[in-house]
Amino acid sequence: MVEKVLMPQLGESVTEGTIGQWLKNVGDSVEKYESLLEILTDKVNAEVPSPASGVLARILVQAGETVPVGTPIAEIEVAGEAAEVAPQAEPAPAAPSPPAAVVDAPAAPAHPGPTERGRYSPAVRRLAQEHGIDPSRIAGSGAGGRVTRNDVLKAVAERTAPPTAPPAPTAPSAPVAGAPEPPREVAGVAPVPAGPVEPGDRVEPLSNIRRVIAQRMTQAKATVPHAWIMVEVDVSGLVALRERWKAKFREEEGFNLTYLPFMLRATVEGLKAVPQLNAQWNGDSIIYKKRINLGMAAATDRGLVVPVIRDADQKNLVGLAHAVHDLTERARSGRLKLEDLSGGTFTVDNTGAVGTMLTYAVINPPEVGIVTMESIVKRPVVVGDAIAIRSMVNLCLSFDHRVVDGADAARFLNVLKRHLESLGPDSSIY
Amino acid sequence: MADSQMTPELMKEIYYYMALSRAVDDRMWILNRQGKAPVVYSSNGHEAAQVGSAFALNRGEDWIAPYYRDLALVLAWGMTPREVMLHVLARADDPNSGGRQMPAHWGSRRLHILSGGSVVATQNAHAAGLALASKMLKDGRVAVAYFGEGSTSQGEFHEALNFAAVWKLPVIFFNENNGYAISVPQRKQMAITDVAARAQGYGIPGVIVDGNDPIKVWEVTRAAAERARRGEGPTLIEAKTYRFVPHSSDDDDRAYRSREEVMEWKKRDPLITFEQRLEAEGILSAEEKARMQQQIKDAVNDATDYAEKAALPDPATLERYVYAE
Amino acid sequence: MTYLEAIRAGLRQEMQLDPRIVIWGEDVGVRGGVFRVTEGLQQEFGEDRVIDSPLAEGAIVGVAIGAAIGGLRPIPEIQFGDFIFPAMNQIVEEAARMRYRSNNDFHVPLVIRAPIGGGIHGALYHSQSVEAFFAHVPGVKVAVPGTPYDAKGLLAAAIADEDPVLFFEHKAAYRSLRGEVPEERYLIPLGQAEVKREGKDLSIITYSLMVNYALRAAETLQQEGISVEVLDLRTVRPLDQARILETAKKTGKVLIVHEDNRTGGIGAEVSAILAEEALFYLDAPIRRLCGPDVPAMPYSPPLEHAFMITPEKIAQAARELARF
Repeated sequence: MVEKVLMPQLGESVTEGTIGQWLKNVGDSVEKYESLLEILTDKVNAEVPSPASGVLARILVQAGETVPVGTPIAEIEVAGEAAEVAPQAEPAPAAPSPPAAVVDAPAAPAHPGPTERGRYSPAVRRLAQEHGIDPSRIAGSGAGGRVTRNDVLKAVAERTAPPTAPPAPTAPSAPVAGAPEPPREVAGVAPVPAGPVEPGDRVEPLSNIRRVIAQRMTQAKATVPHAWIMVEVDVSGLVALRERWKAKFREEEGFNLTYLPFMLRATVEGLKAVPQLNAQWNGDSIIYKKRINLGMAAATDRGLVVPVIRDADQKNLVGLAHAVHDLTERARSGRLKLEDLSGGTFTVDNTGAVGTMLTYAVINPPEVGIVTMESIVKRPVVVGDAIAIRSMVNLCLSFDHRVVDGADAARFLNVLKRHLESLGPDSSIY
Repeated sequence: MADSQMTPELMKEIYYYMALSRAVDDRMWILNRQGKAPVVYSSNGHEAAQVGSAFALNRGEDWIAPYYRDLALVLAWGMTPREVMLHVLARADDPNSGGRQMPAHWGSRRLHILSGGSVVATQNAHAAGLALASKMLKDGRVAVAYFGEGSTSQGEFHEALNFAAVWKLPVIFFNENNGYAISVPQRKQMAITDVAARAQGYGIPGVIVDGNDPIKVWEVTRAAAERARRGEGPTLIEAKTYRFVPHSSDDDDRAYRSREEVMEWKKRDPLITFEQRLEAEGILSAEEKARMQQQIKDAVNDATDYAEKAALPDPATLERYVYAE
Repeated sequence: MTYLEAIRAGLRQEMQLDPRIVIWGEDVGVRGGVFRVTEGLQQEFGEDRVIDSPLAEGAIVGVAIGAAIGGLRPIPEIQFGDFIFPAMNQIVEEAARMRYRSNNDFHVPLVIRAPIGGGIHGALYHSQSVEAFFAHVPGVKVAVPGTPYDAKGLLAAAIADEDPVLFFEHKAAYRSLRGEVPEERYLIPLGQAEVKREGKDLSIITYSLMVNYALRAAETLQQEGISVEVLDLRTVRPLDQARILETAKKTGKVLIVHEDNRTGGIGAEVSAILAEEALFYLDAPIRRLCGPDVPAMPYSPPLEHAFMITPEKIAQAARELARF
């Protein structure tokens, strides 16, 4: 039986030792506790006793060599089984032998059970709020299915990754009340958290239409580079024209003649002259639409909808007036059909109906423009060298600057301006 | 340099500082009883030991590490009555601590008075360290630690004296033994009669001196300082004296010592006995004494007025000077 | 160069540059210290500058305070951190508040060196981690280097500092840790933690020997696909709050590791900082892996091993935290 001699640890903090000299030669017999060799460390020099009685069989490390504590340095052939080298509990004062590899892990945090779904860490709550994500919709990879911070970050990364396909040009261009599976959050933008709810505040869950509006508006403002211009139009002639026809029109058509059809007519002229505004942004291309389908923003008591007048360029003024009347009626009574809300190529918003003078309207993508007609008001204006009282209106255009240049946009508004200013009491409406 | 000869002029100066200290001390008690100084620690009775030892050293140049009883010492060392009153009234301009420490916690880098805390006996090691620095830097300074006899029970007292003795440091350990550590008499503090006997355990000289005689104190301190400067190591001096007032303004000494004992010691009031001696020896004339007393009265009044008008510390400074700024 | 050699090299370099530096302590002179940190320094600088002092920690520090005020730059050694308590009075009541109590009139430029930590069969009185006691004390700084490079740089900064610094060396690191140490002088500012390893899944905040163990654990976990960041505090007073928050915010999960026992340890302070300043970035409870709350490390190997924090224990704790 062979007893290995290990480099002992001579002193706290010592990690290695150098053999000074061997006091026995190979083949010498040695008594247990008899000095076997000298060891030098940077703390002490010491003689090292033999761990057993027997014959020095091999010297594994020569004098002058330095080896780490615990390295075998010699072998003693133990004198027979009777030599009582017995089971040594601790081999030498050397090699600290860490008991077993069993790591008794100190108290672990209460292991999250399956109930962890639905319990969110502060980091998850914060990130979910910042990114407008519902953590309950994220698959949890943590213990017990817990949604981790990294799960949220992954979900955000996946959502904000560039879309694999451009938005289909045929997609409905207007929000649809009750559309199937509307996204529940507004994409891509971290909202500013609301302040604390105070006594008297009313918290109302989002209706579907409000949710869709919010989503579309946020998307429009976040993705479309809006630009904006305005012209001032003298509509004294239009006012006179409408005054002249008002009663007769009511009598013949059964509803009031408003200014909106005139505006739609002018817009059609404008779009014909500046087709850049009757277009759609398509990611890596621009689609110039042949048809002119005018969206007509309409407020309803459930929110804003934008029904579409198809082929507006093929309707005369009375035809446009009918279309407006029809869509408005149906919008207010909630009877719009899905096709009424899709396929628009440009939007007209009669903001003057709510009394504004100037509007920075939000574009309804993938359309590239929206024009508003503001309130018609009588104002003193300079005509020639005189000041006159005229009926004036502002036309405001928001346009997608990726598609439309400022000059084109101005040209468009000037077409509308010329068209509207050309109208007078003697113009025909049929 | 300290004078090598005791002269009449020097004796008058010693007398002046003893009298000044007593007057400042008395004023502190008045301010306390007026509610202006929350706490007062007195040197009343210790003046001879303190001023006598101070004049044996290079005042303002050697280092002293005083304890809370050492008003007369720091006055003799160069602190002005104004500076003392700023400290007593915890004003912002208190040079000892900016109003941070309780009164009688002296300290001035300019004057070489080492700042002290309230844990007793720590300053002995500091004095040894100052002496070690002097020895290494060869600046010829001596450091003197002052302490009461009660604090010699502390382990740190022993550690410091032993360290200083082994390394023969130029330091003097100056004990003002007034017989009481607050209420505990010396016989309950130690089983020996003389603190000076402790010196034997360190292999250094232990000298007993009448702490109420400034000239004798001057002499032994001078000898100890010379020994230190010669590189022969520390000396333990025990100046036996008495305090005539309670430990502090919060103490009532009637609980632990008899009026008879106090009256007996008062017969040996160092200020009175020294004054009588100077008069008897014709050193101090009646006119000089009157002039000195007027000077002291003016100084104390001025210091009190000055400190009372001085600004208190700004609370915004609370967190300053924890570390270097 | 080993951790010990780095400290010795630092001491020698500083002593060569500044004749005011004086070392004293038990056995530091002729013997070169029981760990040999000061070996050769007395021969080089003489008995005046490397002094074998009496066996009295209170005086070792107390004399150093006086000497520092008297114009020296003392670097007293306390032979074992366990023996620093007789000097507690001088450190806490005197050195730490000298500047404050004198309204900036006095200050104590002093470096107290002491070995801390266990794992070297040192038992109850040669294994303690004492840093938390001092981290509580305004007026002192506490350096706990975890690498040879940091040991030298922090030592230079400690000596240059105008306030008392406790410089705690891990005795198990003395000969077991090796690393590149430049010969030229450099200072590592006190109060600056360092990210020793970048990671993204969780942060281990630690110091002293445990930095090395944490790095080893991080290596293991890397194989398992867990990315661990290791922040070495380097000083436990002042604590580098900015970097603590930075790493916590980065990974959202924090494991604090120290050999010192748990209650009232550095981990408690770090946890409090995170709870106060980083709540909304935390994705898991703050976790501490610390020495147990027993008076000190026992002697017998199985007991010592059970006490000691090991790379395996750190890896296991980090693994659990990563899974959370």
